[in-house]
Amino acid sequence: MAERRGKGAGEARSDPRGKSGMLRVKMVLLGSSGVGKSSLALRFSKDDFKDSAPTVGCAYLTQLVCLHDATLRFEIWDTAGQEKYHSVTPLYYRGAQAALIVYDISNRESFMRAQLWLKELEKQYVPGETVVGLVANKSDLSSSRQVSLQEGRSLAENKGLLFMETSAKSGNQVSELLLDIAHRVKLSSREDKGLAEWREADCVDMHREGRPRPLSSCCLTIGL
Amino acid sequence: MEKEHQEIEQPKAVRCCDLPSNCDANQTGSVEVPATISQDNPDAGELDCGIEDPFPCKGDDAAITSTNGLSEPQGAEGEGAPASALSDGTAGEADGLSKPEGAAADEDDPPENVSDSASTDNTLEDSNEFMVTVLARGGLEDQADGTPSALSEAGGPAQGPAPSHRDEDVTAESWRRHRKHVFVLSEAGKPIYSRYGNEEALSSTMGVMMALVSFVQSGDNTIRSIYSDEHTVVFVQQGPLVLVSVSCSRQSEQQLRSELLYVYRQIVSMLTQASITRIFERKKNYDLRRLLAGSEKILDGLLNLVDSDPSFLLSAVHCLPLASSLRDSLSQILQKAITPNLVFSILIAKNQLLTIVQEKTVIEDARLEPADLHLLLNLIGASSAFQAGEIWTPICLPLFNPDCYFYAYISYLDPPECTVCLLLLSTDKEAFYAVAECKRKIDEGMRTQNALRSIARAQSYSASQVGVSDLRHFMYKPFDVPDNHRQLTQFTSPEMEAPYSSEEERMRLLDLYRYLHSRIHSSSRPLKLIYHVAERETLLAWVTSKFELYTCFSPLVTKASAINAITKLLRWIKKEEDRLFIRNPPKYSTTPNPSKSSRGGKGGSDRQDTTDNGFLSLL
Repeated sequence: MAERRGKGAGEARSDPRGKSGMLRVKMVLLGSSGVGKSSLALRFSKDDFKDSAPTVGCAYLTQLVCLHDATLRFEIWDTAGQEKYHSVTPLYYRGAQAALIVYDISNRESFMRAQLWLKELEKQYVPGETVVGLVANKSDLSSSRQVSLQEGRSLAENKGLLFMETSAKSGNQVSELLLDIAHRVKLSSREDKGLAEWREADCVDMHREGRPRPLSSCCLTIGL
Repeated sequence: MEKEHQEIEQPKAVRCCDLPSNCDANQTGSVEVPATISQDNPDAGELDCGIEDPFPCKGDDAAITSTNGLSEPQGAEGEGAPASALSDGTAGEADGLSKPEGAAADEDDPPENVSDSASTDNTLEDSNEFMVTVLARGGLEDQADGTPSALSEAGGPAQGPAPSHRDEDVTAESWRRHRKHVFVLSEAGKPIYSRYGNEEALSSTMGVMMALVSFVQSGDNTIRSIYSDEHTVVFVQQGPLVLVSVSCSRQSEQQLRSELLYVYRQIVSMLTQASITRIFERKKNYDLRRLLAGSEKILDGLLNLVDSDPSFLLSAVHCLPLASSLRDSLSQILQKAITPNLVFSILIAKNQLLTIVQEKTVIEDARLEPADLHLLLNLIGASSAFQAGEIWTPICLPLFNPDCYFYAYISYLDPPECTVCLLLLSTDKEAFYAVAECKRKIDEGMRTQNALRSIARAQSYSASQVGVSDLRHFMYKPFDVPDNHRQLTQFTSPEMEAPYSSEEERMRLLDLYRYLHSRIHSSSRPLKLIYHVAERETLLAWVTSKFELYTCFSPLVTKASAINAITKLLRWIKKEEDRLFIRNPPKYSTTPNPSKSSRGGKGGSDRQDTTDNGFLSLL
């Protein structure tokens, strides 16, 4: 894909592993404003939480995920939920292998909007090629819950989506979510030739923190 | 002089409760007018009540070029000889005024410390009653108790932004006391933005504003401003949007107007003018807040910046002083990292410009205006979210082209400190990966040259470095940096240091500058030179064909020594020019088939035969 050339080439050069064993995954976060997309993205990539201002346009972050038989390099596109950016959002989710539609369990409206996002996305993706997840975020606010766990789960089941209730604030279920997606993405892209060449040694030192450069990736530690 | 001033201030008791809403011209001509409304076209409407300054010259300032009653505004002095102009023109009057404390101390209004407060002279109180009258006549009686307070007397000192001012109680006294309110509404009267308080709660207030606008419009005229003793209300209409500033900051109408234009442009930078127009053509009562949701912070940030950063007042860009060799090497790093359709590469530190490199063909057709850069800087400053990763966002530069988007790549080069920010503007929305790769190259270049450390050491300077005693602060804006024609307008200014180290004092100094600026740029009576004795400092502002200069001295300075100091200051600036300003902003050419890795330095700007499709498609 032409548009990936720059970034991919640059990173691969600086990555001692080489890119042959690595699967690049474009993942996009969608959902209305204030549901916690940026916070999730920050958890994914730096396992950190900060109160953040509304995203402008789209933020791009990366994260490596190591499964027992593959390394996935997630390129996370954290889109702005604000309506004014909707017209440009397709720019960001085009070609994504994974899409997370996020809503806030304490905000019913965001759940309704998540369904609209789902419709929008259905126009774009080819079933089986894009892994779509429905994420019920802010599970730490369960005292002011407006969307029940069951509601979210049954919507996801109907549409055949991955479902997870998370809290970007506490970190609850966030890495599980990313892992789950990683597995599904890997399954759906079996034909990828690179996977066969993946080397186990790469994952051995995964437990230490990522390198100091925040834009480079660090690895999730996974007990699989 | 001072006594006369106060006598005139006294008869505040005149009531005009029954003032008809069309504000009879006879009444307004006299002193006893509660509010002055100025309009675009005073001849056209019956609302002709626009005597903005009934007491044109209070004489507390030694306003050199046109001292009391002199009718030719531009006359007296040439650029070369401020000293003689000062001594000739105003000797008698100025003598009495250069005493730091005596004549200048204005008893009635200690917090302002401005001996001449021209903007307060022209009106009397009861603007609120005037407003109530208008309200009642507009059929909006329900507002009469609380909400017109936006326009009523309040006039407390400046307040810091409340932590959650979206939730402020708009009927509370504290809300009324804000120094400057800004409202944005649609032509249908729908609230779009309020600096303080929730727009929803203010919808009827904004309805009143719109009623005023439409009322004047129906007389084939345009409302521009309303003056009351405490407040200035300025209206600006831009396409389908109406912007209103309600200020007790004593800024000039012109200044408030230009601030409102910044607000408008920031909105345009997010939505583009074309789409705003289109939206309201389709649906007159569209709620634009839907599209601006999440951007309130950007507007809030802009208004705070407008109040605290003189860049906006001067319409010029502040660059961080940097050894020219370092600046050049930074520019070269940017020059080497290019990709097709890249048009601007901008490096920012501490909210100040480090360097800017432009696509060659762009600079030939148009230039980046300071205002556009201010909007970009504000966007970066207002969005902490940028610190998380790399940002790719559509952004419009309203003065460059109000109808189209650029795509901006924004990333910090020094996480986690996040002080050095890279901004790359492309015309190609698909170019993210290519532009991100440019950043990678820039990162590398910075690393090999250890540039980040040098930048971290770069600092603004102190006024004491100039070596002129009594000089506390200054702002210098050259109109034309040599060899730098049609370039970004810049200004230089030292850090504000003691006694201007507290927020309040800084604001006070800025207010004094704003006051001088308004006198210099007064549309009715512009000045070239103004020597102003305030209570706690003495200021001198001077504008020539080559520069605009504002200086602040200790109160004990004499006129002669101030002039002397300015001569020394100008000499110092000349000497430091290369460090203080970006002298020769480099260019590059992002032609479609460059051998870009080898391209660098001056080589980048050699070719100009090929035009850039991406850029042209913007126009």
